Amino acid sequence: MTRSVGYGADPRIRFAEWLPWLGALAAFFLLPEYLPLGARILTYVLFALSLDLILGYAGIITLGHSAFFGLGAYVAGILAAKLGVTDPLLLLLAAACAAGALGIATGAVILRTHGLTQLMLTLAIAAVCLEIAHKATSVTGGADGLSGITIAPIFGAFKFDLFGRTAYLWCLALLFAGWWVTRKMIYSPFGATLCGIRENIVRMHAIGVPVYRRLLAAYAISAMLAGLAGALLAETNQFVGLNVLGFEPSGELMVMLILGGVGRLYGAFVGPLVYLIAQDFLAKQFPEYWYFGIGLMLVLVVLFARGGILGIADALVARARKTV
Amino acid sequence: MSAALETRDLCKSFGALRVAEHISFRLEAGARHALIGPNGAGKTTFVNMLTGLLPPSAGLILLGGEDITRLAQAARVKRGIGRTFQINTLFSDMSVLDNVALGVAERQGLAARFWHPASRHHDVREEALGLLETLGLAEDAGKRVVDLPYGKQRLVEIAIALGLKPRVLLLDEPAAGVPTLESGMILQVLDRLPGEIAVLIIEHDMDVVFRFAQRITVLVEGTVLCEGTPAEIAGDARVQRIYLGERDG
Repeated sequence: MTRSVGYGADPRIRFAEWLPWLGALAAFFLLPEYLPLGARILTYVLFALSLDLILGYAGIITLGHSAFFGLGAYVAGILAAKLGVTDPLLLLLAAACAAGALGIATGAVILRTHGLTQLMLTLAIAAVCLEIAHKATSVTGGADGLSGITIAPIFGAFKFDLFGRTAYLWCLALLFAGWWVTRKMIYSPFGATLCGIRENIVRMHAIGVPVYRRLLAAYAISAMLAGLAGALLAETNQFVGLNVLGFEPSGELMVMLILGGVGRLYGAFVGPLVYLIAQDFLAKQFPEYWYFGIGLMLVLVVLFARGGILGIADALVARARKTV
Repeated sequence: MSAALETRDLCKSFGALRVAEHISFRLEAGARHALIGPNGAGKTTFVNMLTGLLPPSAGLILLGGEDITRLAQAARVKRGIGRTFQINTLFSDMSVLDNVALGVAERQGLAARFWHPASRHHDVREEALGLLETLGLAEDAGKRVVDLPYGKQRLVEIAIALGLKPRVLLLDEPAAGVPTLESGMILQVLDRLPGEIAVLIIEHDMDVVFRFAQRITVLVEGTVLCEGTPAEIAGDARVQRIYLGERDG
């Protein structure tokens, strides 16, 4: 769970890193009534992982990551609902490619800027995407959303069922693949370079790193992962609404990641888990005030645990080691 | 024969403020050259133009005879310009090893690889560790830079630059802010820099300058006042009046 990457880091997967997967599998058998919520959480974990790659490791601040998530969802949804493409793998591939292409096109512009300008540009791009989806009603369904999405059984064998079993395992498998690729990247020289850019961009220029190109590559990969997550949402919900685009999902994702811990890889697991369970619980108990609970949680984390929930865990472990 | 680094009529203005005016300068291959001048003389601006951090308003920069005036920073580094910064510009939260390895990996063309773990790139690790050993930092390889004393942090600056295997090394006040007890380390390292590297040092400490440099260029208000051997510079009345007058003896 450490942030240590680079040339001195041990890349082997530690025991603790298997725990989320064991937990997810245990949840499949022990909490069958919560599988739809579980699939949603797994989808958002993949989405958060994509944000962590650029925000936590490369230091790119964005409030427009939903543009890629939403595009992925709409590409998969439109292909399935309008063009009759129902193969789930093909839909994922198309969504990832489209999101990656948007990542390159928008990244080419926004990565030439910094700070507040960059933040505003990301926000503007997400807003433009939202407006396009809103106005192109004949293709996207507009404010009514895109329905009529039919997804063929996975590998021709595993049909999406009403109880969400297939959806849950499908999301889990894809999250595992996304995590594996992201982890590989973070421990690689490329990952070390991204951390270097986050830590000190002036020095990275001075050691000959083509910073812009590296950031663009990371941004495109992150966009592809976000697009995959969006397509997963479309496949498992079989509906795409405008709420996948714009500021709100981007901000929500940022909150999830901050809650879990930015730049820690597993903060992307913990944040959505805590956020979405809290949202589910609070929305049932206090339908009108559930956002208050989320807000309070965020304020507490920002005030007392800058490293997020995993930061608290790290501090506790460090303290326990000291006392031993 | 072309110089390792040369500037011709290099100028830099910020609006009406001229910080460098027609600087023509030669750094010969393997030279130990110092650039001195009072505060605000434009020394760091000059180095920033050489490295590409600041675009010049006019003039030429030639590296081994090749015009690099319009090249980006990264491209200049690839062609052999390394530098240290006046104020530490390090990866504070990263280990000493990573600070050096990042540059080594970039030079070796491995830094964009994203599949094999960084720690399995043994060439990079070994070269970085070897460099740290040469500079007496081997024991600190695993420590975070921020946990090192300031003098050692200055050495990490030099180690990063050496990891790029530069033809030309620009040292911007390498001993600045280093306590007297630790400055000996820096001087030893400067003395042991590989002879094939042309070194330009900017330094306020005249003891360091006169111990290290074979030639000295004096910069005043963005222009070259004079250039010569340490003895010539020490004997120049203008330099004494403007800059060295404060020296003891």
